[in-house]
Amino acid sequence: MKAIDRRTFISSGIKVLATGLLSSLVTVVLPPATGTAGGTASREWPKLWQQREWGFVVDARKCIGCGTCVWACKRENGVPMDREVYRTWVERYVIGPNDQLYIESPQGGASFDRIGGSVPEKSFFVPKLCNQCADPPCVQVCPVGATYRTGDGVVLVDRVRCVGCRYCIQACPYGARFLHPDLMVADKCTWCYHRISKGMLPACVQVCPVGARIFGNLKDKGNPVTPIMARNQVQVLKPDMGTEPRVFYLGLDKVVR
Amino acid sequence: MVGFVYPNELEVNWGLLIVLYPYITGLVAGAFIVSALYHVFNRQALKPVGGLALLTALSFLLVAPLPLLLHLGQRFRAFNIMWTPNPTSAMAGFGYIYGFYLLLVALEVWFVFRADIVRYAESSRGVVRVFYNILSLGAKDTSDETLALDHRITRWLAVIGIPAAVLLHGYVGFIFGAIKANPWWSTALQPVIFLMSAVVSGIALLIVVYTVTSWLRRRPVDFSCLMSLNRYLWFFLVVGVGLEILEVIHKMYESREEWEALNRLLTDVMPVSFFGIQLGLGAAVPLVLLLVGRWSRLSNLWRASLTFVSGLLVLVGVYAMRFNVIIGGQLVSKTLAGFASYHASFFGNEGILQTVVLLMVPLAILGVLLRVLPPWVEIPALGERIPEAEEEEVAI
Repeated sequence: MKAIDRRTFISSGIKVLATGLLSSLVTVVLPPATGTAGGTASREWPKLWQQREWGFVVDARKCIGCGTCVWACKRENGVPMDREVYRTWVERYVIGPNDQLYIESPQGGASFDRIGGSVPEKSFFVPKLCNQCADPPCVQVCPVGATYRTGDGVVLVDRVRCVGCRYCIQACPYGARFLHPDLMVADKCTWCYHRISKGMLPACVQVCPVGARIFGNLKDKGNPVTPIMARNQVQVLKPDMGTEPRVFYLGLDKVVR
Repeated sequence: MVGFVYPNELEVNWGLLIVLYPYITGLVAGAFIVSALYHVFNRQALKPVGGLALLTALSFLLVAPLPLLLHLGQRFRAFNIMWTPNPTSAMAGFGYIYGFYLLLVALEVWFVFRADIVRYAESSRGVVRVFYNILSLGAKDTSDETLALDHRITRWLAVIGIPAAVLLHGYVGFIFGAIKANPWWSTALQPVIFLMSAVVSGIALLIVVYTVTSWLRRRPVDFSCLMSLNRYLWFFLVVGVGLEILEVIHKMYESREEWEALNRLLTDVMPVSFFGIQLGLGAAVPLVLLLVGRWSRLSNLWRASLTFVSGLLVLVGVYAMRFNVIIGGQLVSKTLAGFASYHASFFGNEGILQTVVLLMVPLAILGVLLRVLPPWVEIPALGERIPEAEEEEVAI
């Protein structure tokens, strides 16, 4: 058998290694050339996204703290009812004499107790949900790219890719994310993406008895959100975080964070 | 729970396992830097711990990813972080940085101990001989030239290893420091603070490991080496704690909206853990003891004991620092109007027992490594100038 000298051995070794590396890179970088059954469906999304831009307004002045939205959300989205995890919740602010501030959200505001004693100086409710930020820190920090923002403006979690490291939960300034206790992946409000994609309203908007939650497609002419945005001063939560929240509030008090 | 926290904040998401992760990588980075002080900067006083530091770093490095893996909600997807990394995520670099560093330390160990491995292979027989032969990877040339080459490579690996160690641990600090949502974590100083405390914990660990192993082997501790470690520990401790205090003073002076909550965190929620253990028992006390330990009018036994006790205290203090940053940061609600509460369970995942076991595993690995590749060197003669690869080393 002919002996191979060291130089040939090393140089051919490097060639084999380089070819292998390059070909594996190509398969990773290049998109699949032919569409599969799933591929055709995924190509339609960008077209749908061009026709949609979802908008959400919360009118804090209207909320009566009935908690119906909290229940509806949990039922609609399979969030365990008996665990302290919420895709949406309602906070109650009570300002007593001497500017004493009491904030609470027992069971996510699903059922508030009556305020005992004297009538408070001032009190109000604030419904909270994911702000679907335009510049979302949760998407930035996800190590595996399991969370992403869709073209029509909703931040979603890919339950098959999420590793459950909870970095996104730490990164959200609004406490809108949690680890799903049964699935062990990150979970959050999706504005009921499965419903709105089919022309329905998010569950919380659908059930709100007083119309404190207003939702629509900003690219639809007759949507209810655009006129409210046009005629009112709106606020967002924690604007200094630079996340560009996309839930717009009417009647937000300065103590609300 | 005190005051108001967002309903999703009732559970503390990152528990004892995530406290352990920066603690262990910090020990690795610190131990490696001590070995680099000898291998690169040629600090001859540190020669007795040069090899020991390297093996200690490797032992802890092997265990470092374990707490992260155990913490994941989906452990079987752990490698997604390397298959599909998200380039904007600070965390996505972990797999690559860790892998690179592991390779580097393993290579460094191999080159430092190669001559020994060959010698053990030659002087042993049977299974042991086969084992050492495999460890040598067939590289059995121990001529002066090859050993000199080994020595040069060792040195260069250590030169690369220093920025790598800085990266490995500064990066851990960045993971926390770059989270704007958390007022207790978010600061550009965080990577530097983590790095300094890493060096501090690594030196302290070596003081403890070196003293204990010497005692177990019934050999005297090299006193000048111990005093050298004492001085390094004191210096890095001053810098590290100085930065930690600076951060708090800066936040206090600026008094932004989050200060009221942070102030209450330190003074109300965890004063014992912060002032008592992290700054008091883990920093102020060892700073004094280390100084007293250098007082030449005391007996050597006293000075060694004071240094040893300081090492132990610093190890506790740095653990408290990791705890106070990671758990403390999650106790402050993002509402800035309340505090979550944290109680570690004893058994189970994220439990205290698990932490203790995970801290014992690297020591067990170290025990095995010390038997396989004894790093002990005889006390060098005065004015010795022989490169260490050529020296006679005593195996037990």
